[in-house]
Amino acid sequence: MVSTSSTTGRGFEYAPAPESRAIVDIKPSYGLFIDGDFVDGHGSSFKTISPATEEVLAEVAEADDADVDAAVKAARKAQKAWARMPGSERAKYLYRIARIIQERSREIAVLESIDNGKPIKESRDVDVPIAAAHFFYYAGWADKLEYSGFGSTPLGVAGQVIPWNFPLLMLAWKIAPALACGNTVVLKPAETTPLTALLFAEICQQADLPPGVVNLITGAGGTGSALVSHPGIDKVAFTGSTDVGRIIAKAVAGTDKRVTLELGGKAANIVFDDAALDQAVEGIVNGIFFNQGHVCCAGSRLLVQENIFEDLLERLKRRMSTLRMGDPLDKNTDVGAINSGEQLMRIRELSEIGDAEGAERWEVACDLPTKGFWFPPTLFTGVSQAHRIAREEIFGPVLSVLTFRTPSEAVAKANNSPFGLSAGIWTEKGSRILQMASELRAGVVWANTFNKFDPTSPFGGYKESGYGREGGRHGLEAYLR
Amino acid sequence: MGTSALAATPFSDVTRSDATLRRFLEGLPGVDQVGAEARAASLSTRSIKTTAKAYAVDLAIRMVDLTTLEGQDTPGKVRTLCAKAVRPDPTDPSCPPTAAVCVYGDMVGIAKEALGDSGVKIAAVATAFPSGRAAMDIKIADTKDAVEAGADEIDMVIDRGAFLTGKYLQVFEEIAQVKEACGDAHLKVIMETGELQTYDNVRKASWLSMLAGGHFIKTSTGKVQPAATLPVTLIMLEAVRDYRDATGQMVGVKPAGGIKTTKDAIKYLVTVNEIAGEDWLDPDWFRFGASTLLNDLLMQRSKLATGHYSGPDYVTLD
Amino acid sequence: MTDRIDVRKTAKLYIGGAFPRSESGHSYEVTDAKGRFVANAALASRKDARDAVVAARGAFHGWSGRTAYNRGQILYRVAEMLEDRRPTFVAALTQAEGLTAARAAKVVDATVDRLVWYAGWADKITQVVGNANPVAGPFFNLSSPEPTGVVAVLAPQESSLLGLVSVIAPAIVTGNTVVVVTSHERPLPAVALSEVLATSDLPGGVVNILTGSAATIAPWLASHLDVNALDLTGIAGDHDLATELERSAADNLKRVRRAPAAEPDWSEDPGITPMTAFLETKTVWHPMGV
Repeated sequence: MVSTSSTTGRGFEYAPAPESRAIVDIKPSYGLFIDGDFVDGHGSSFKTISPATEEVLAEVAEADDADVDAAVKAARKAQKAWARMPGSERAKYLYRIARIIQERSREIAVLESIDNGKPIKESRDVDVPIAAAHFFYYAGWADKLEYSGFGSTPLGVAGQVIPWNFPLLMLAWKIAPALACGNTVVLKPAETTPLTALLFAEICQQADLPPGVVNLITGAGGTGSALVSHPGIDKVAFTGSTDVGRIIAKAVAGTDKRVTLELGGKAANIVFDDAALDQAVEGIVNGIFFNQGHVCCAGSRLLVQENIFEDLLERLKRRMSTLRMGDPLDKNTDVGAINSGEQLMRIRELSEIGDAEGAERWEVACDLPTKGFWFPPTLFTGVSQAHRIAREEIFGPVLSVLTFRTPSEAVAKANNSPFGLSAGIWTEKGSRILQMASELRAGVVWANTFNKFDPTSPFGGYKESGYGREGGRHGLEAYLR
Repeated sequence: MGTSALAATPFSDVTRSDATLRRFLEGLPGVDQVGAEARAASLSTRSIKTTAKAYAVDLAIRMVDLTTLEGQDTPGKVRTLCAKAVRPDPTDPSCPPTAAVCVYGDMVGIAKEALGDSGVKIAAVATAFPSGRAAMDIKIADTKDAVEAGADEIDMVIDRGAFLTGKYLQVFEEIAQVKEACGDAHLKVIMETGELQTYDNVRKASWLSMLAGGHFIKTSTGKVQPAATLPVTLIMLEAVRDYRDATGQMVGVKPAGGIKTTKDAIKYLVTVNEIAGEDWLDPDWFRFGASTLLNDLLMQRSKLATGHYSGPDYVTLD
Repeated sequence: MTDRIDVRKTAKLYIGGAFPRSESGHSYEVTDAKGRFVANAALASRKDARDAVVAARGAFHGWSGRTAYNRGQILYRVAEMLEDRRPTFVAALTQAEGLTAARAAKVVDATVDRLVWYAGWADKITQVVGNANPVAGPFFNLSSPEPTGVVAVLAPQESSLLGLVSVIAPAIVTGNTVVVVTSHERPLPAVALSEVLATSDLPGGVVNILTGSAATIAPWLASHLDVNALDLTGIAGDHDLATELERSAADNLKRVRRAPAAEPDWSEDPGITPMTAFLETKTVWHPMGV
């Protein structure tokens, strides 16, 4: 593994190529964004830190129950006018937001990398452009709802809770379709990654979005719980762990609240002996090490056809050794920091369980910085379906490798999970791709590619990976009646 | 048939017949176009600055095969080209010479005289370059003439017509015969990837050329569009990497044509570094077939040294 | 003090991203709504039409090959540029159609909004008219819309901006390229539009604008074998000419959008038929099996 900052004097050493921090202006403290303005929160404020350096970035307000109530009321107050507005006018507000995201893209990307720990290359090339594209896409639906196939009446007020792995992108996935359909929202970003959401609030102001249409309340589990169980909301949208998803599903039982959940996964990435091998290796690496493995649809189980196991493993390890881990703001960094101390602990725990279960650990050799949260890209071989590291979501850069002999065995193993978010198939044979895709119990099937996202493409899971779809025409269903 | 080099390799029986060779080549892993191009695009986003850039610029200069392959070439033209190759920047003696000059076979004598003992090599195109459409004895004679005139390296073209009709053994045998005619001169095999079109074909042609004994595999003649591209070069780098894993033997890679700027050249060096590895970061194993690239490298070199942008008046015409 | 003499603009054609005069050298007088002379507009000839078709064909591969997202972004950019030049277009409409400034402003607003509406269709029309088909066998089967190719469009005679945009946008948003014959009496808003198109990142040749007479030019386009479709909106009410053109178009089975009896109310929701009129449906089969 190449540490971004190492210089041994041999060969082609990439000099540091830091993206400048000067473009962002992080305030010492932030309030809540309710009814078009920043206001103080009444809970106990908390700090957000940079996971790469552990420096404190800002103090963030915590919304208590009264704050949540105020936000929901603001959203309710704004909703009638927002829904009555012609779709073509709502569309233009969303186009403005999309444009401003494009205009301020560098600033947003740098802020995202600082707060989340992900490489600037990813926030710049993936998170921010796709977030802008989501707003563009759903802006275009606002005045075409009669063609959606799902009706054209909004639900009302949506309470939305998002995770820390793609802070701005998850915000875009939630807010864009909700607003396009005439709903107003109260959204809670994750407690470790509030900053791009707070910048988004500024963008709403720049776009002259009517007050109350978007409300952003920062906080932790308590705030989220208060929001989800507030009687004044019509819809709950949650992305996060399956455990919390279960709690939410129970909490809304017996109410009229509509709910969509996008939860965890343990996706199988299936490689056949006739795969385009070098591209399959890229797909495996992308599948589990993109975003440090903090991806619900990560290809965290590699299912490789037994007859190419040795060759594939060698290629995979060699490829993993060229990954560059280090400063998220260095443009050559491929793998950034783990988002928090808690998450790092969880990854370590589960990896130790993998050792204890008898799987064989291999990790890329590198020097880890002394400050910050770091975990080297790791793989376990000798893993079977019975191992915990084959069943439980690690949510980190850890790949469990299993083998299979036949297509039906691959499908059976892939499906043998309570999760069902995504799957990958690598083969040059078209009919096999289509047959396997039809048998895999997963909401997203990637063939000869992985971790591809597009605003037009519906995303969501089977089974305990949740229900409902985000993206595409199908993504409108969650916000209309 | 030049199988002696292969006797110790795992592939000596692969070239026994057209059928076995075809089965071997078609059994190689396929290439997914979208995935390969995405990897190349991703490598293109590497940010190479300051010391890394200085290293890359100097390395790139040392890897240039400074080329003139025009019908209108004259001794005068070839002499100025050679002077440029030996001393790319007359104002800066620290600027390294290029690896080689690349000329038509009938200009080799002129080049040899002009280059003297500078250490810059002479690469000659041969085998009815660029089309390769001529009888075999003519192509061999073409090769021998250039070698006798003093060429250190021969850049041959494969018979693309034969390749595209699946006559793999014929293509193999032709390369092997040219290799024999080269004597001590090194052989670069031009696959003309623009005419092969698919990456699967590039992979097959790469392996074919390596099995037949090529020292280098080369993308293009520069006379057909598209010439060298980053994804094609990436596929070739994977092929030489895999070939070394299988046989222990290193083969070089030369993209030629269409590489005009320092930025482009650096993307190629990043790709060499991350796909094949640092052993290939050497003029013995990687070359750029280029002409206008050199002046852009010199202007970038000057900017790194002085801190301000240079211009065409400050680099010499060759 | 003498009044400043203004610098008058020559109204040219827009072909292949450039602004040539008519190869014929001909022009004709354009008057305003009160009959006063305004400008000499280029009178497009059949050779200009021929050149425009070549430009449109040349642009088709690239334009239809772009992502839908990209086409949507470009159409949205056209809307932005038009919005930015509101005064120009308000003036052009008061001059061409005799509208009051207030009414003209509303028409310009509607034009921008119509462009925004169509921009949003670029990456959605496929989802509305395409679908998988549940065939009775182990086959994957998908139907998707594709653009038909080069569309010759006769723009409306009366609504020289809103109507004009309403016949151009639905054809190009899905990837077609167009050759447009403008309103004869009111060509100047189209000339202003061509200047907006030229500054909106729209590739040259996607839209080609010929000022002049539909009655003269249309027969050459209707019979042109490299034109795939024909929109006869601009000769609404001329049943004889429309019939003749439709017969001519039948030689290479062009898709024809027939002339209505009268020019439509452009403020109404267009629906999706202006887009689907110039779309082909491609159905792909593939077996499913290990």
